[in-house]
Amino acid sequence: MSVAAPTAPAPTEIGPAESRHGSALRDIWVVTRRGLLHMRRQPEVLADATFQPVMFVLLFAYVFGGAIAVPGGGNYKEFLMGGIFAQTIVFGGSFGVAIGIAADRKNGAMDRFRALPMARSAVLGGHASANLLKILLPMLLMSICGLIVGWRIRTGFLDALAGYGLLILFAFAMIWVGVLIGSMLSSPEAVQGVAFVAIFPLTFIASTFVPSATLPGVLRTFAEWNPVSSLADSLRVLFGNPHAGAGPGAPWSLQHPITYTLLCSAAIVAVCAPLAIRRFHRSIAD
Amino acid sequence: MAPANAIEAHGLRKRYGDTDALAGVDLAVPAGSVCGLLGPNGAGKTTAVRILTTLANPDQGSACVAGFDLAAEPMEVRRRIGLAAQDATVDALLSGFENLLMIGELHHIPRRTAKARAEELLEQFNLEDARDKLVRDYSGGMRRRLDLAATLVAGPEVLFLDEPTTGLDPRARNELWEVLETLVGAGTTILLTTQYLEEADRLADEIVVIDHGRVIARGDSSQLKRQVGGEQVLLVPARADDLPRAVAILERVCGAPATVDAPARRVTVPTDDGVSALGAVVDELRTQSIAVEDLGLHQPTLDDVFLTLTGSAPTGEETGVEQDREREPEAAAR
Repeated sequence: MSVAAPTAPAPTEIGPAESRHGSALRDIWVVTRRGLLHMRRQPEVLADATFQPVMFVLLFAYVFGGAIAVPGGGNYKEFLMGGIFAQTIVFGGSFGVAIGIAADRKNGAMDRFRALPMARSAVLGGHASANLLKILLPMLLMSICGLIVGWRIRTGFLDALAGYGLLILFAFAMIWVGVLIGSMLSSPEAVQGVAFVAIFPLTFIASTFVPSATLPGVLRTFAEWNPVSSLADSLRVLFGNPHAGAGPGAPWSLQHPITYTLLCSAAIVAVCAPLAIRRFHRSIAD
Repeated sequence: MAPANAIEAHGLRKRYGDTDALAGVDLAVPAGSVCGLLGPNGAGKTTAVRILTTLANPDQGSACVAGFDLAAEPMEVRRRIGLAAQDATVDALLSGFENLLMIGELHHIPRRTAKARAEELLEQFNLEDARDKLVRDYSGGMRRRLDLAATLVAGPEVLFLDEPTTGLDPRARNELWEVLETLVGAGTTILLTTQYLEEADRLADEIVVIDHGRVIARGDSSQLKRQVGGEQVLLVPARADDLPRAVAILERVCGAPATVDAPARRVTVPTDDGVSALGAVVDELRTQSIAVEDLGLHQPTLDDVFLTLTGSAPTGEETGVEQDREREPEAAAR
C-alpha cells in the first residue's frame, strides 16, 4: 500500500466553511495566474504572440517589402509596422482566449471551477485578463524587432503612449470576440480552424501590408472600412510613420482613423460582450 | 447541528432532448455513510452527480446537500462538497502543488494555509516526489490520486466521486479503495457512482441501482443479493451428455427448478441448506459416476442482481475507458 492514510481532522486547520470569505477580484486573479502559467508552458500555443509577428516583420520587411510602394514614397518598413501591430492584436486578442475557453470546456476544467465556491465571473474574467496581459508580449517583441529593422517612433512620448494604449483597447474589444467564438465552438481544434479561415483573412483585406488604394473594387471598400485598416493607420499617425493618408475623396474612416477605431472598439464591445457572456453561460450550463 | 442526511433528494427529473436522464430519483444518504450509485453507462449516474454538485439544474424535484438547498443556496453547497468528475479534471499544465494550491485559494483558504494544506495532501497521497512535476507527465493512477486530493483540500463534508476507478489498473484501483475506506472512517459522507459491481459491494453501505434514470433497487449488498435468491449449488459436468442427468440430480436434491446454461454446461439451483445439499449431490454424482468439472456453493454476485433486475448484464466499461483516453488534454500531445 503506497498511499498513506489521509488522517482526519486535517492537521492543517482550514477552518469551517462559513469562516472563509473571498472576493471576485481575488478569484479572477487566481484564474489569471493559471492562464499565464498555461501560456508559459505551451510555447507552441503562444506562437501567435511571439514567433508569428516577428516572422511577419522579417518576411514583409525583407521579402515582399521591396515590391510594395508606399504612397508619397515613404519607407515601407515604417509603413509595415503599424499594420503588423494591428494584425497581431486583432488576431492574438481573439484567438488565445477562444482556445483557452474551448479547451477548458472540453477537458472538464470548467466543471471543476463551477463546483467550487468561487465568483461566477472569475473564469471568464481570468481568461480575459490573462490574455490582455499576454498581448503585452508581442507588443514588446514587435517593437524591438521593428527597431532592429529600422522602424522608429517619430513623434513624442504621449503620442507613442496613445498608440500603445489604442492597441490595448482594441485587444480588449477583440477578447470579447474570442469569448464568443470559444463559447460557440466545441473544441480548440475548431477554434483554430475558424480563426485561420475567418479572422486571419480579415486582417489581410485591410491596409495592413499594402495601401488599401491598391486593392480592386469591393475589396478596396471593405479594406477602407475594415477597423484593422483604421487601427493600422491610427498607429502610423500616432507613431509618425508614413501612411496612405486621406485625399479629399477618401471615406470618413480613413480621414478620422483614430475616432473610427475608438468607435469600432466601443461597437465591438457593445455587441459582442453581452452576446459572449450569454453564450458562455449557456455553453457551460447543464 | 449536523443534518441527519448529508444528501437528500426528492423526485429529481432531468430531460436531455427526448430522453429522461433522470425520471424521478429519491435519495437519502445518512451523514458519514457511503452510497453507491450503480448502473450501466447512460443510466443517469453522472446526471445525478451533476445535479447534486450544482453543475446542472433539475427540471423537477429538489435536493439538500450538507444541509443546504441546492436551488436556494448553491454557493453554501459548493463550500462543503468535493467533486471528482469522471475524467480526472486536474489541470494538466500545472504541477501537483499548483493544482492543490489553486483549489485551496478558490475555496478562499488563506494562501499560507492553502500552501500547507497542499503539501500535506501531497504527502498523504504519496505524491511528494511529483510535487513540482506537471500533471501532464503524471501516470493515470497519480492523476486520480491528485484529483482525489484536490477534492479534499477544503475538508468537504460530502464527497462526490463519479466513477473514481474507471480506467485504473487493478493495483491502482485497490489503492484508491483503501484511501476511500480511510476517508469514510474519518466521517466523510461519500456518494460514488460505479459500473463495477465489486466496487459498490466493497465500499458502499447502501447501493442504489439505477437504470434508464430510475431507481430499480436499493439496499445493502446482502439485501440485494437476497432479492435474487440465496445460495445456489452450481454444477458443471465434464461431458455435455451428462447434462440432463445432472439437472435431474440437482432438482431432486434441492427440490427446486434448476437454471441451465447449456453452452457452458452450467447448472444452478437455489438451496436452503447449502453444505448438506452439496454432500447429497456429491453422493449422487458418485453413484451415477458422472465426471465433474466444477461443483460448489455459489453466492450470487451483484452481476446476478443486475441480470435479474434489468434483464441485461451491465456493459460499456470498455467504451468508458476509451473516452477517458480521448479526452486527455491536448497538451499531452506535445
